[in-house]
Amino acid sequence: MEWDFTLLLIGNGVLIGLMYSLIALGFVVVYKATDAINFAQGEFVMLAALISAAVIVLMEMPFWVGVVVTLLGMISFSFGLERFILRALLGRPIVAIIMATIGLAAILRGLGPLFFGAETRSITLPVGDEPIIFGPFILQPVQVTGAAVALLFLGGFTWFFLKSRMGVAMRAVADNQQVAMAMGINVERYFALAWAMAGIVSALSGIVWGAMLGVDVHVALVGLKVFPVVILGGLDSIIGAVVGGLIVGIVENLAAGYLDPLVGGGTKDFAPYVLMIIALMIRPYGIFGKRKIERV
Amino acid sequence: MFHRESGYFKTTYAADGGLYPLPIAKWTVGVLLVGFILLPTISTVVSGAVSAEYYVSVVNLILIAVVGALGLNILVGYTGQISIGHAGFMSVGAYTAANLAVKLDLPFWITLPAGGLMAAFIGVIVGIPSLRIKGLYLAIATLAAQLIIEWVINHTPAISGGSQASIEVPRPTVLGHPLKTQRELYYFLLFFAVLSIVATLNLVRSRIGRAFVAIRDQDIAAEIIGINIFRYKLTAFAISSFYAGVTGVLYTYYLGIANYENFLITTSIDYLAMIIIGGLGSVLGSILGAIFVTLLPIVIRLFMESFGTLLFSASDLNNIIPATRLGLFGLLIIVFLVVEPEGLNRLWRNIRNYFRVWPFSY
Repeated sequence: MEWDFTLLLIGNGVLIGLMYSLIALGFVVVYKATDAINFAQGEFVMLAALISAAVIVLMEMPFWVGVVVTLLGMISFSFGLERFILRALLGRPIVAIIMATIGLAAILRGLGPLFFGAETRSITLPVGDEPIIFGPFILQPVQVTGAAVALLFLGGFTWFFLKSRMGVAMRAVADNQQVAMAMGINVERYFALAWAMAGIVSALSGIVWGAMLGVDVHVALVGLKVFPVVILGGLDSIIGAVVGGLIVGIVENLAAGYLDPLVGGGTKDFAPYVLMIIALMIRPYGIFGKRKIERV
Repeated sequence: MFHRESGYFKTTYAADGGLYPLPIAKWTVGVLLVGFILLPTISTVVSGAVSAEYYVSVVNLILIAVVGALGLNILVGYTGQISIGHAGFMSVGAYTAANLAVKLDLPFWITLPAGGLMAAFIGVIVGIPSLRIKGLYLAIATLAAQLIIEWVINHTPAISGGSQASIEVPRPTVLGHPLKTQRELYYFLLFFAVLSIVATLNLVRSRIGRAFVAIRDQDIAAEIIGINIFRYKLTAFAISSFYAGVTGVLYTYYLGIANYENFLITTSIDYLAMIIIGGLGSVLGSILGAIFVTLLPIVIRLFMESFGTLLFSASDLNNIIPATRLGLFGLLIIVFLVVEPEGLNRLWRNIRNYFRVWPFSY
C-alpha cells in the first residue's frame, strides 16, 4: 500500500499548493504591476481572517455577509496602504519598500490581537466537514473549496491580463511606466487597481485559510510560504504562482510524510526553503520569471 | 555641539578623513568616556544601590544592541545589502560560545571571538548568493537563512543542549574574578561596545569602507572602477555577521543562558528598526537607534503599568504590552521611512547645525 500513501500525500499537496498559489497571486499581481514587494502578504491574509471571524463569529452575521465585509475591508485597506504609504516611497530604493512592508507586517501583527483579541476563533465554510474519499485520496472539503477558489481566480486573472482592456493596460504599466503614461494610461489608477486585486485575493485566502487553521495571529505564518512559491515560479508570472504553489505543496507534504519520522518533525516548514535556496542559486528569476538585464 | 569649528580648515585628504574632525573633539570624547566610566557610581549616588542595578542593566542591554546595530548598519547602511536574518547569525554566535564555554570550559576571550568567527563563516555562506541576487531576492535568501538556522539549532541536540534548546553558561571571568553584578558586566560590555564603535569608525573611513559605499551607491559602476564586488560583498557579510555573532555571545553572557527564542525573526526586525530609526549608513545613528529601540519597550511597559490598569484588566495587559510594542515598532519604521529617511542621526545634525551659528543665523 506504499503507493496509496504517496498518492494521498500528493493529492493533499496539490490542494494545499493551490491554496498557497492563491496567496502568492496577491504578491505576484502587486509585483507585476507596481514593482513593489509585499512582505506583509501573510499579515494581509491574517487581517482578512480576523475581519471575517469578527463579522461571522462575534457579530453572528450570516456567512456571505462576512465574505462581503471582508472583501470590502481588504480592498479599502489595500487602497489606503498604496495611497498613504507606498506612494510616498515611490522612486526610493527597493530596500525602503521592503522595510515599509515589514513595518506594516509588524503593525498588523501587533494591532490585530489588540482589536480582535488573542484567542483562536473558528469560522466554518458552508461545505460540511465529511472528508471526500475518492480512490486513494482522502480530501478535506475545506481544502477542496480553497483549491477551487484558487483555480477560479487563477483562471480569472489569466483571462484578465491576457484579454481584458484593463489587464492589457496593467501589463503596459508593468512593462514601462513612462511609456504607459505617454500612451494615456493613468498609472496611479492601475497601481491602486493592482493593490485592490491583492486585497480581494487576500480576503478570500484569509477566509479559506482561517476556516482551515482557526483564526488567530498564527494565520500570518502562511505568508512565509509565499516566498518559496513565488521564487520557484517566478516573481511576475501568474502561471508561475500556480506551478510554484503546486511544487511547494507537494514537496512539503512528501517531506512531512517521509522525512518527519526520521528527523522528528518540522520538515514541513523547512523543505520549501531548502528548495528555494537551491532555486536562488541556479535560477533566481524562477521557472517562468522574466530575466532582467542590468546596465549602468 | 559642544564646540565651535570656525577657524579650522582642512587642507589634506588625510585631515578630512581623520577620526577626530577637530583637535578639540579628543577632549569631547575623553569627557564622554569618563562620564560612561562613572555612570554606575553616579546612578548609585542618585537613586540608591537597588534601582541603580536595574538602570545599569538597561544600559547593558543598550550596549549589547549597539554592537549588533553597528554590524547590521555596515551591511545594510554602508554596503546596501539587506539582511532579514541577522538574529540567526546572533544565535549561531550564542550557541557556539555557549557550547565552548560549557563543554570545553573555555574563557570568554576565546568563546567571544570564536562565536563571532563562526557567525562570520555562516554569514559568508549566506552571502555567497549576494553576488547573483540582490534587493528582494537577497532579503528572501536571508529570511530563509534565519528560518533554516532556527530549525537546525532546534533540531540538533548536539548544538542546542537538548531540553528547551537552552544552555546555561557560567559568568565570564576577568583576571580570576567572575562578573556577577550588573555593574561589573557594565564595564565588560562597555569595553566591547567602545571597541566596536572605534572599529566601525575606522572601517568606514578606510579603503574597505569606501568600497562598501561605492557598491551601495551603484554596484556596476563600482565594479568598473576596479572594486572586486564579490570580495567586498562577502567581506561586508563576514564583518557584519561577526558583529552579530559577538552580539549573540554578549547577550548570552548577559542573560547567563543561550536560548534560540531570544534570536527569532522579531529580533532581526528590532535591529532593522534600530538602524532605520537611527539612520542608515551612520555610526552615530546606529547608537541612537539602539538606545531608542531598547528603551521604547521599557517606556511602554512603565507607561502601561502606571496608566494601563485604568483601561484594561491586569491579565489583558500582559497580552497588550508586547502587541503595542510590535505595532509601535512597525509604525515607527514606516514613519521614519516616509518622513525622515535619514533617521535620528539627521535630526541630531539638524539640531547641531541650528546651534552651530546660533544666535547669529546669518
